[in-house]
Amino acid sequence: MGFFSRFRSKEDNANLDKGLSKTKESFFGKLARAVAGKSTIDVDVLDNLEEVLISSDVGTKATIRIIEQIESRVSKDKYLGTEELQSILREEIAKSMGESKSELYGFDLLNKKTPFVILVVGVNGVGKTTSIGKLASRFKAEGKKVVLGAADTFRAAAIDQLRIWSDRAQVEIVAKEMGSDPSSVAYDTLKLALEKEADVVLIDTAGRLHNKVNLMNELAKIRRVLQKLMPDAPHEVLLVLDASTGQNAVEQARQFTQATEVTGLVLTKLDGTAKGGVVIGISSEFGIPVRFIGVGEGINDLQVFDKNDFVNSFFEA
Amino acid sequence: MFDNLSDKLQSAFQILKGHGKITEINVAESLKEVRRALVDADVSFKVAKEFTQKVKDKALGEKVLTSLQPSQLMVKIVRDEMALLMGGEAVELNIKDNPSIILISGLQGSGKTTFSGKLASYLKRKKSKRPLLVACDVYRPAAVQQLRVLGEQIGVEVFHQEDSKDPVAIAIAAVEHAKKNGFNTVIVDTAGRLAVDKEMMDEISRIHKAVVPSETLFVVDSMTGQDAVNTAKAFNEVLNYDGVILTKLDGDTRGGAALTIRSVVNKPIKFVGTGEKMDALDIFYPSRMADRILGMGDVVSLVERAQEQFNEEEARKVQKKIAQNKFGFDDFLNQIQQIKKMGNMKDLMGMIPGMGKALKGVDIDDNSFKPIEAMIHSMTPYERENPGVISGSRRKRIAMGSGTSVPEVNRLLKQFEDMNKVMKTMQGGGGRALSQAMKRR
Ligand SMILES: Nc1nc2c(ncn2[C@@H]2O[C@H](COP(=O)(O)OP(=O)(O)OP(=O)(O)O)[C@@H](O)[C@H]2O)c(=O)[nH]1
Ligand SMILES: [Mg+2]
Repeated sequence: MGFFSRFRSKEDNANLDKGLSKTKESFFGKLARAVAGKSTIDVDVLDNLEEVLISSDVGTKATIRIIEQIESRVSKDKYLGTEELQSILREEIAKSMGESKSELYGFDLLNKKTPFVILVVGVNGVGKTTSIGKLASRFKAEGKKVVLGAADTFRAAAIDQLRIWSDRAQVEIVAKEMGSDPSSVAYDTLKLALEKEADVVLIDTAGRLHNKVNLMNELAKIRRVLQKLMPDAPHEVLLVLDASTGQNAVEQARQFTQATEVTGLVLTKLDGTAKGGVVIGISSEFGIPVRFIGVGEGINDLQVFDKNDFVNSFFEA
Repeated sequence: MFDNLSDKLQSAFQILKGHGKITEINVAESLKEVRRALVDADVSFKVAKEFTQKVKDKALGEKVLTSLQPSQLMVKIVRDEMALLMGGEAVELNIKDNPSIILISGLQGSGKTTFSGKLASYLKRKKSKRPLLVACDVYRPAAVQQLRVLGEQIGVEVFHQEDSKDPVAIAIAAVEHAKKNGFNTVIVDTAGRLAVDKEMMDEISRIHKAVVPSETLFVVDSMTGQDAVNTAKAFNEVLNYDGVILTKLDGDTRGGAALTIRSVVNKPIKFVGTGEKMDALDIFYPSRMADRILGMGDVVSLVERAQEQFNEEEARKVQKKIAQNKFGFDDFLNQIQQIKKMGNMKDLMGMIPGMGKALKGVDIDDNSFKPIEAMIHSMTPYERENPGVISGSRRKRIAMGSGTSVPEVNRLLKQFEDMNKVMKTMQGGGGRALSQAMKRR
């Protein structure tokens, strides 16, 4: 049974709702209140919608675009009730989020390449290592053979941290001592994975701010080194974004994409009050889909991102 | 990224040329731009609204001097108001008690542990204190180990109880340990937590009550978006913290969260984090932060960081030259040499507005300076001092002499001009003419 069918089970949907409930509440709760009792969509409603979108970190650009769409619909159709407004919003948001480019939709499509190499990148503290731990555990549960690579050789105790996650997920890890060359760790990881015929390789990297050219070049080097062993590796580059990050996430996406061809996003910390709306604009601007969301610090607090579920869960009150 | 506010205002005020006063009508359009710039910089929607209202009240009726564009005046009003709001009196850390307890709080991944290490190192080096670091993050894998590694790096003892899962008890034991062993400051690093996590917020509140810190600090990532309002408020309600630490400012975020937090909780920003190394800690400069939020870059920081590395004499010369509009290609060449010595020029360049974009995808190593150096070497001394004279034919000659092309020379000249422009604006607080005009008034 593939992951998707499991994802659609009631229990899992309840979990997603749990993670998104705060987002949902303020995003559309407010909107519903704003249009309640009004027969037409007026300036107040649009102002309110603007506030809701901006306060969710959707950003001025995407917000203006969405509002303009709605305005033009209103001028054509004259009357717009809550229902219609919501469905337009849902459409507009879903339309703007990028389509998947890679084969990693869930966990069940991985067997085409062995090993399927996933490089995990992002700025400091967004949740890269934790997400790797969670992913490893899910892959393992799917019966996959997983190898982790501890290529964050820079931050204090980063290697120990990943080692603990490898114990928790009961998967193998390749690590060297702190300060060693990250690309050599990546190389050794893939080499071992090839030898052992592993299914999935997850490579953790040090957090780096995207404006540090030196550190960004290091990512390109990791990629080159992996390709020596497997010309099409990495098969997936996941950029991890923290839901509490504001518009700077756009620049993160831009720079990381340039340095290492990001193919998917992981949006973490959605269990907090942050909305993560910035991914809407990122997804549309760079055509990178959101693949997973993090909804807690536990090993099971990871969900496969589904665009429609995500948008829909905004609307289900 | 975004155009900076002063460019935007320039166009908003285009129609106003000749008006002698800022009036209700002509201010409206520009305020919209201000508000959008603030929101683009991640200032909270509500705070941006309140702030623009405040600026409007200040701006109305303000006389526009003939020497001054209304847009310039508006930028100045916005910038000053923002600096004023974020500034106020500098508040030092309260570390007079013996021992002084400092409690560190914040969300997951905000940079608490790194900051704890930096603070310990700062207190030891600059304040001749004997700090003790306390590892109270019993949840995140290897968090204790992370603090221990940092402690070792900076030569500060780390108190930890690997077998305990009770942060309150660990904190209490640590204070006891400090008293017995003559540590005069105790820095308590705690686990990251979400403001909506009742259990965890309750836990930190219990730590707070148990150790009675003389200083409670809230650590926040400078990249934080609209959520800064919620988080800053919620932590303040529980801890009534004394100050805010803004981390990861070595990135290129506008950092509007600084304005948001100051506005909603009115607590001073006491330090900023500017790198992963243990000495990358700086005090907070409100006017620089204002410039940064408005997208005018952090060139002052740039100059200062350069200053730290260069010899001071040299740096003063550079600053003076920029101010006098005499910063030429020889100085630029000189800077390149110095920067090459520093080895981290990409970080520094990233701080110049527009430069990050220019450098995008460019593989900079020492070799990438070669064509630039070659071009400058192909200029005459007169040209180097007066880049304005470098005409088309001169450009051709320089390209030939340096084995480059005219477009490359053009690019260098353009970048140099942009850089000069930005540096100049920054130095005199919006331009010397502007500040002097303001004084005269
Ligand atoms: N609440 C919550 N916390 C999370 C989530 N994902 C990660 N975290 C926490 O965020 C903090 C940082 O996570 P890490 O996985 O260490 O982040 P990282 O990106 O590897 O950090 P560096 O390697 O230091 O750059 C930890 O305290 C995690 O427990 C999430 O989805 N929800
Ligand atoms: Mg990590």
